[in-house]
Amino acid sequence: MFRNYQLDDAYDEMFARPGEVRSHYAALHQQLNELPADEFRRRKQAADLSFLHQGITFTVYGREEGIEKIFPHDLLPRIIRQNEWSQLERGLAQRIIALNLFLKDLYHDQKILRDGVVPREMIYTCKHFRRQMLGLNVPRDVYITVVGTDLIRHPDGRFLVLEDNLRVPSGVSYMLTSRTVMKRIFPELFQQCGVRPIEDYPQALLQTLRALAPQDRREPTIVLLTPGVYNSAYFEHTFLARQMGIDLVEGRDLVVNDNVLYMRTTAGLRRVDVIYRRIDDDFIDPLAFRPDSMLGVPGLFNAYRAGNVTLANALGNGIADDKAVYAYVPKIIKYYLDQDPVLDNVETYLCGDASERDYVLENLDELVVKAVGESGGYGMLIGPHSTAEQREEFRKQILADPRNYIAQPTLQLSKAPCFFDGAIEPRHIDLRPYVLYDGSNVTLIPGGLTRVALRKGSLVVNSSQGGGSKDTWVLND
Amino acid sequence: MLSRVADNLYWMARYLERAEHTSRVVEVQMNLMLDQTSLTVEQRWERILACLGQQADAQAAEVFSPVAMLLADTSCAGSIVSCITMARENARQVRQQISSEMWEQVNRLYHDTRRVGAGERRDLQPGEFLPSVERGLHLFQGVTDSTMSHGEGWQFIQIGRNLERVMATAKLLDVHFAELLAPGVADKALLEWIGLLKCCTGFEAYCRYYTADVRAENVAEFLILNDEFPHSIRFAVDQLQTALNRLPDSDGRRAPVLRVVGRLRASLSFAAIDEMMSSGIHHHLERIETQCRDIHREIHQAYIDYPVETALPV
Repeated sequence: MFRNYQLDDAYDEMFARPGEVRSHYAALHQQLNELPADEFRRRKQAADLSFLHQGITFTVYGREEGIEKIFPHDLLPRIIRQNEWSQLERGLAQRIIALNLFLKDLYHDQKILRDGVVPREMIYTCKHFRRQMLGLNVPRDVYITVVGTDLIRHPDGRFLVLEDNLRVPSGVSYMLTSRTVMKRIFPELFQQCGVRPIEDYPQALLQTLRALAPQDRREPTIVLLTPGVYNSAYFEHTFLARQMGIDLVEGRDLVVNDNVLYMRTTAGLRRVDVIYRRIDDDFIDPLAFRPDSMLGVPGLFNAYRAGNVTLANALGNGIADDKAVYAYVPKIIKYYLDQDPVLDNVETYLCGDASERDYVLENLDELVVKAVGESGGYGMLIGPHSTAEQREEFRKQILADPRNYIAQPTLQLSKAPCFFDGAIEPRHIDLRPYVLYDGSNVTLIPGGLTRVALRKGSLVVNSSQGGGSKDTWVLND
Repeated sequence: MLSRVADNLYWMARYLERAEHTSRVVEVQMNLMLDQTSLTVEQRWERILACLGQQADAQAAEVFSPVAMLLADTSCAGSIVSCITMARENARQVRQQISSEMWEQVNRLYHDTRRVGAGERRDLQPGEFLPSVERGLHLFQGVTDSTMSHGEGWQFIQIGRNLERVMATAKLLDVHFAELLAPGVADKALLEWIGLLKCCTGFEAYCRYYTADVRAENVAEFLILNDEFPHSIRFAVDQLQTALNRLPDSDGRRAPVLRVVGRLRASLSFAAIDEMMSSGIHHHLERIETQCRDIHREIHQAYIDYPVETALPV
């Protein structure tokens, strides 16, 4: 099985050095050596079929036929030790609290700007900064209810934060469903390893949302707002709504009357108190933001401003996960909490800064360049894998709009074993744990979405770009 | 329950009932083609299309045989594959409201029919395809009844299914009676009467009521007025009324719906088959279809598409 397994500069999750298996991977390694390849193939097919029948699919935009695809899923779990996990837990809690304070400050007093810790123009030039949010009080001062933080592992073994997703992070349904499938396929391994459960995520999310209801609403009605069946994450929306037992609504189901939000039901209109929204800021209310949005609810922003309905996550969070603002997060943590960051950032060059820009332009073939407002692996140049034309294209774009670009060294993401038709080979992976915050408690579910770059040598793990997922096991050791 | 969700459940059920009905009518009639009857194959296809309320599309006919069109043509709205696709689209929009088991079953049915539909036309085996579709649909009903709470959403499913069933059965009977009651035909049409009963899964049940003595009045009485057989019009209307009675009735929104369905129910409860036959069965069946359309419209106005001003909570 491990015939073609090559170790290189990247940190390998399973092997410390050739032939030496890390202790927390021993049970999996043994199982892999004992089970015949045919049996693995059979289990892999059973898993794929189970995903298809359950309709665990995502939508690829821009194709006529077969737009629904099953989420590529690798059979072998990614395993994390408890002691490493506790460190992640501390680091992520620290980060969500600091970023939440940062957002509150930005939309109120702006002390951090006055003190010159973060440059003022960086905030005002960010397209996700929402003037409409200035001075608006959100329940319990919680801007960030759910965050999905992207982490990578450096070749030296440290976890680094690559990106904070503070707007509408997705993927948690794949974490939950892939666990269900894995339990059916590898019951033996679960017993041997002692895997911490993650199944209570929907309850934790519901509790968090409930805590954020407008104060006078004792039995709040909570709904999940989806852009609809053609959204790439629609499966996740239905999944979470069902798991939480709340209504899944679309913009057309909602109506605002006298600054109060209602949904149309078969028994007349019913008041709505909390929206877990999975629609971007821009589309949420055509009267306040993009007037051409067909997905939103006219008047919703006014109801929000009047305090009659809670939106989670809050509007305007995009300013704090802007890829240029990201470079300041260590300073933001220091400024609000007077602590050193538990989790380090990846070194980042801001093209808005003249000397850093020069460095970036000279080293385009070695760096990863990213547009600050993009996500999903779009608007990205991976220097070592790029052509001269692509680099020239990016050079022009950077010079035309330097604020819009950052660069980072090309990092060797860590690698984990993956199963490919009879053999096991290493592939690059990242990790996205999900963190919840209700103003007093930070909840981190012991697990997450491990994304895999299934193409050999590729560093891009996004599902829209040929990435897949793995179940993530946090051990109880 | 969200109005849109109620609408989706209603239409999901209607499309699935339509797929089942289409499948059975095609299966039974194709079987009759194998026997020596007075109808040519073309005439029989015309009848099938008439029963299903389909237009024979000359353009489509060049590319597809009628059977391929009704089974697998995705551009024909009434084809089995289209009905199942639409049902699944509706189910997909209310996935959090139906049980996972229901979703898996309708999704599986969709993938199976799509796969057959996408294959070569000459590989299409109606003899295997149609029974497997019907089995899949029956399984869905069983799964629905045993895994979904019999609350409001389930009632909307019953409403959709039974309304579709009444309309489709009325149409089927209308076409058959017009042909088979013509002077001089009735006595030679034994196989056709049996075929009609089979289109409604009713041959065996009929025999238990009337023995295998198949007569026009008895068939009509059985399929229109029987109050125990699930595919008779009377039975489906009873079910429809029961389900409507259980819908929420805040601020009296249910009254107009109950009025129209009650009227239809009463006309069936007190009808006698000989009077219906002598005063022109076509007229009665047509009237049933009209009343069904009224019921559909009233449901829509009361529960789905009401004006906002009339529905604000006090």
